[in-house]
Amino acid sequence: MTVTLFVPCFVDALFPQVGINMVRILEKLGHRVECPEEIACCGQPAFNSGYWDEARCVAEPTLKRLKNAEAVVIASGSCGAMLKVFYPQLFENKPEAAAAHELSHKVWEFSDFLVKKLGVTDLGAKFPAKVTFHDGCHGLRELGIKSSPRKLLEKVEGLELVEMQDAETCCGFGGTFSAKFPMISTAMGEVKCTSAKQTGADYIVSNDSSCLMHVQGLLSREGSPLKTIHLAEILGGNQQS
Amino acid sequence: MSSHSQEFLDQASVITRDLRHRGLIQTALKKYEVARDKRKSAFGDWQSARQAAAETKWEAINHLDKYLTEFADKLEARGTKVHWASTGEQARDIIVKLIAEKKAKCVIKSKAMTSEEIHLNDAMEKAGFEVVESDLGEYIVQLRKEPPYHIVFPAMHLTRDEISDLFQRELGSAPTQEPEELTMIARRALRKKYIEADIGITGANFAVAETGMISLTENEGNARLTAALPKTMITLLGIEKVLPKMEDLALFLPMLATAGAGQAVTGYNTLYGGPKQADEADGPEEWHVVLLDNRRSLLLADAEQRDALHCIRCGACLNVCPIFRNVGGHTYGTTYSGPIGSVITPHLRGLQNWKHLSGSSSLCGACTETCPVKIDLHHHLLQNRRNASQEEPSALEQFAYKVFGFVANRPGMWQVGKELARMFQPLHKFVLGSKLDPARTWTATRDVQPVAPESFKEWWRKNKSGK
Repeated sequence: MTVTLFVPCFVDALFPQVGINMVRILEKLGHRVECPEEIACCGQPAFNSGYWDEARCVAEPTLKRLKNAEAVVIASGSCGAMLKVFYPQLFENKPEAAAAHELSHKVWEFSDFLVKKLGVTDLGAKFPAKVTFHDGCHGLRELGIKSSPRKLLEKVEGLELVEMQDAETCCGFGGTFSAKFPMISTAMGEVKCTSAKQTGADYIVSNDSSCLMHVQGLLSREGSPLKTIHLAEILGGNQQS
Repeated sequence: MSSHSQEFLDQASVITRDLRHRGLIQTALKKYEVARDKRKSAFGDWQSARQAAAETKWEAINHLDKYLTEFADKLEARGTKVHWASTGEQARDIIVKLIAEKKAKCVIKSKAMTSEEIHLNDAMEKAGFEVVESDLGEYIVQLRKEPPYHIVFPAMHLTRDEISDLFQRELGSAPTQEPEELTMIARRALRKKYIEADIGITGANFAVAETGMISLTENEGNARLTAALPKTMITLLGIEKVLPKMEDLALFLPMLATAGAGQAVTGYNTLYGGPKQADEADGPEEWHVVLLDNRRSLLLADAEQRDALHCIRCGACLNVCPIFRNVGGHTYGTTYSGPIGSVITPHLRGLQNWKHLSGSSSLCGACTETCPVKIDLHHHLLQNRRNASQEEPSALEQFAYKVFGFVANRPGMWQVGKELARMFQPLHKFVLGSKLDPARTWTATRDVQPVAPESFKEWWRKNKSGK
């Protein structure tokens, strides 16, 4: 099948390895990957801040360019929720409403696509480390993704998964929330880091780079040896230096 | 920025760094979670129970005109006087006038968040009446002259030591660490007040339209004494408390207990149907029920967020909210805190002054997931943000999103943007954390992820594009 990979703006600029690993994994599984050059962002920052007109300015071209895709795989649960759940609301009573609903049905978050659509769990990956998994809220509650990333991690050779207390509690990123209410966002992140540290894990893994960026920012600042890594980097075997 | 918003930010800055507060609240709510989950598993199917509860409240709220009049008619048929108050001011006036007519001196009160909403105690005290809260937690915060910290657990932010100190200071009691002894100290003080009081004021957890009764849920028996001992009983409740049928309580009572406090059923559940009847031996001689709108009908008119009126004030959304857990109840500066407070306060007290509460959320959705009556809480926060920005956009923010959209929609400009970021990135360390640092709200506590030497799109163009 031809998979249209949507690499969100911040993954493109800050976490390219996440996208690169996804391309390699999908190609290894025998699929053709395309990645429309023109698409940069889903429009979530403006949407979440209440600026829906401005969000539509970004979302409308994205919607058009994904119109003919067979399956859209997105490298973030949060941006995936934007396309799948919030585009139909954003374009309600607009000429693009039908297209938004149509797109919603063919959007997949990466780990869910592998497990639920392709039926793949074993990618032959090796990662000899103790890890704990953080559920990004949008992936978990908007898209209902809980088991897929864990099924994929289970099959990774040498990897030990230890669940942290409150794995489902928000890390405190929340997009612009982290800048507008930094003190609350930081406190939430500290609670998350404490839970992760209690597991004795070497890595916090997630399927959302935005959560990891927040948690890593806190861990680096305090000089913690605990590191963060995206699921795709473990599965693709190619880590960002 | 509204003064409420600034106060919220100031208080949040202090309390989020208070590790003692953080530990206290996290520990208390962890215990709650364990108890709640145990009780949830006693339901045949918790998700179906939530669905049934949501449908029942949907029916009640969408036919509020019918059920409210049915409730009031049934009440009046048994001799209860029903008062309709459009605003908080009207409700206060009705109640203060009633107390004055009875020439009352002392008023005893059981827990009622609606009375906090309209600042009833202030009004009664200003009119010269002594008011005593009879719920232990409420009594404690009343002695401390502060509002309840949480809609179900008003004094959850206090330790036994703090309560003991308070009782020593205010009641002259001996110091003690034992919860039972602390309770007995309060009980001795309160029992006198029940006897002295001429008026008892209660809230209501549910209003049953079918039978014209209110249902009161409590763990201390204080509401029973408040209702039974004084000659006059006054009940204040919001119009959204209505349930169509008596049988609905079979679901709502255990659900409220489970979601609210991790209990199977709350200690005392009482139904009140009227004042003392001719053939009855006891009960209040007069019963006045005050039905409060206070802008609830405006929320009713909002088809998008009407389900916020389903709320049974169980507090479950506060308990799971990571924002609430870190800023605590007082920081909100509202009667209803946590997610439900952030959703409804802009409707009850003005959008522009209270929109910051809808902004102060990571939109994690834990509230919506836990709400027993399935209020779409975190999506309502998004709608409040949209409504606020449409009404009064921030010029700076709007401009920033316009510029971002312009750049994001043009691959060439997006590329230039990344290159500029790479170019200026090494200079960031010279302004880091200073007023010149454009990312200072982030960098105050967190390191910045640098722009990668080769972005995904650059890699794609080099390795994949056209191949």
